[in-house]
Amino acid sequence: MTDADAAAPIIRLARVAHAYDRHQALADLSFEIAKNEWVFITGPSGAGKSTLLKLLYFGTRASAGEVFIDGENPARLPPRRVALLRRKCGVIFQDYKLIPGRSVFANVALVLEASGHRRRLIPQKVRSVLRLVGMESHAAALPPRLSGGEQQRVAVARAIVGDPKLILADEPTGSLDEVSARGVMDLLRAAYIRGATVVIATHDQRLIGEIGGRVLMLDRGRLTRSVQVDKHYDRRAF
Amino acid sequence: MIAGHFKRALEDIVANPLISTLAVATIALSILIVGAAVLIAQNTDLALQEWKRSVRVMAYLASDPPVPAAELARRIEALEGVASARFIARDDALSELKVRMANQASLLENLIENPLPDAFEIRLKPDEQGWERLEGVAAHLRTLPGIGDVEYGRQWAGAARDVARLLRTGGMVMSGLFLAAALAIVANTIRMVVTSRREEVEVMRWVGASEPFVRAPFYIAGLVQGLVGAGLGLGALYAAFDALSTRPELAVLAEFVPFRFLTPAMIGAILAASTAVGALGAHLSLGRRSSA
Repeated sequence: MTDADAAAPIIRLARVAHAYDRHQALADLSFEIAKNEWVFITGPSGAGKSTLLKLLYFGTRASAGEVFIDGENPARLPPRRVALLRRKCGVIFQDYKLIPGRSVFANVALVLEASGHRRRLIPQKVRSVLRLVGMESHAAALPPRLSGGEQQRVAVARAIVGDPKLILADEPTGSLDEVSARGVMDLLRAAYIRGATVVIATHDQRLIGEIGGRVLMLDRGRLTRSVQVDKHYDRRAF
Repeated sequence: MIAGHFKRALEDIVANPLISTLAVATIALSILIVGAAVLIAQNTDLALQEWKRSVRVMAYLASDPPVPAAELARRIEALEGVASARFIARDDALSELKVRMANQASLLENLIENPLPDAFEIRLKPDEQGWERLEGVAAHLRTLPGIGDVEYGRQWAGAARDVARLLRTGGMVMSGLFLAAALAIVANTIRMVVTSRREEVEVMRWVGASEPFVRAPFYIAGLVQGLVGAGLGLGALYAAFDALSTRPELAVLAEFVPFRFLTPAMIGAILAASTAVGALGAHLSLGRRSSA
């Protein structure tokens, strides 16, 4: 990697707008996120946090403007290249999006199978990640049989198993108790320490205060503030 | 990787027993009909070839031929496609007829004179036995001096040829219709499976699965359905063929027509075609890029 590559942002948005039918979800959004940065996207309900995250994991295409992930605009890439770009991202969905008919092990292994990892190496890697998230003993279980916290941990395992450069998490602690939430955040922190960029969409001001990092604040689809906060910041600053 | 795709494809088939069974049954029925059409056409062809192998052209001489028989024989054998020309004197023909009609000898006893003409029995070369060649030889024979009449079972031959054509055309049309129906049903079956797994397909794409990775299990399911359906259809066809060809009513016919089941090459072609129908059905249901 050259110095220029290292300095290049992993996410760059240029005058991005997105609308659902007549509802303007995002408007004139421009910002950059550097490699190995820890970023919270926050704002009140309906501010556009989830829509922004959806644009970042190419769940939808921006109505206007350009989104660059690791220097590439997915909207201009052929499907094969989009698949390759997605392998650089680990996504934690608010509703987990685990495949209900597949075991915990199979859900996590899917990422490695899809990215063409050597088959014989997959079990070892999956088991080690499940051990990390404390779900090794549930490897054979089907997701619907797990609690919300357990499903969230499986979702985290699936997001980090491929050692992605970028982790996108949508309300990763939204439905968890305090202990589970802390466990999930510790896992994301560990991925960040290993070099990943972590972007978390949350409305939980306490979580932001406990961890700190860069905070992008949205309101009615517009970026209103971008600030760096330390741990235990005073949330009244917003 | 391929083992994983196979596993997922088989899981899909097992998880949707009703629609999978419907697809396999439709393919089996289509293959049964297609196979039956091919089988009938193949055996009709065999019967016609057998008949053509034994066919002979009889050229009857006029009462007072201007050319000696030996010269006529030479000219006949010089015709393209003719293998041999055997002269049958009218007296020999009558003697032969009397032997054949020994049970009705009284019919021939009171003949005042021999009504049969001298004749040539002409056989064609094995590779020159097409209908057109047969008709061509007969037309040439009629132009030779001293030939009064030519017979080769023209009406029978024409009728047999028409029946063979009808069977072949009808078989092809029916085969086409049933294969199209099978294709539509397989496509809909796979589409239903794709819809039922929409969420899973979506997740696969989000984790970076390529289109071939996402689609492979659906193609494999189509291939498996096509292959199993063809196997069942051909099995049913063989059972029906075996039951019919050993019936005593058909034993007499079997002496003249060598009933044969489909050749290995034809079975291979039907299996390949059915498997292709399965894969094509999957392709049609998935489209250029599945909406799932």
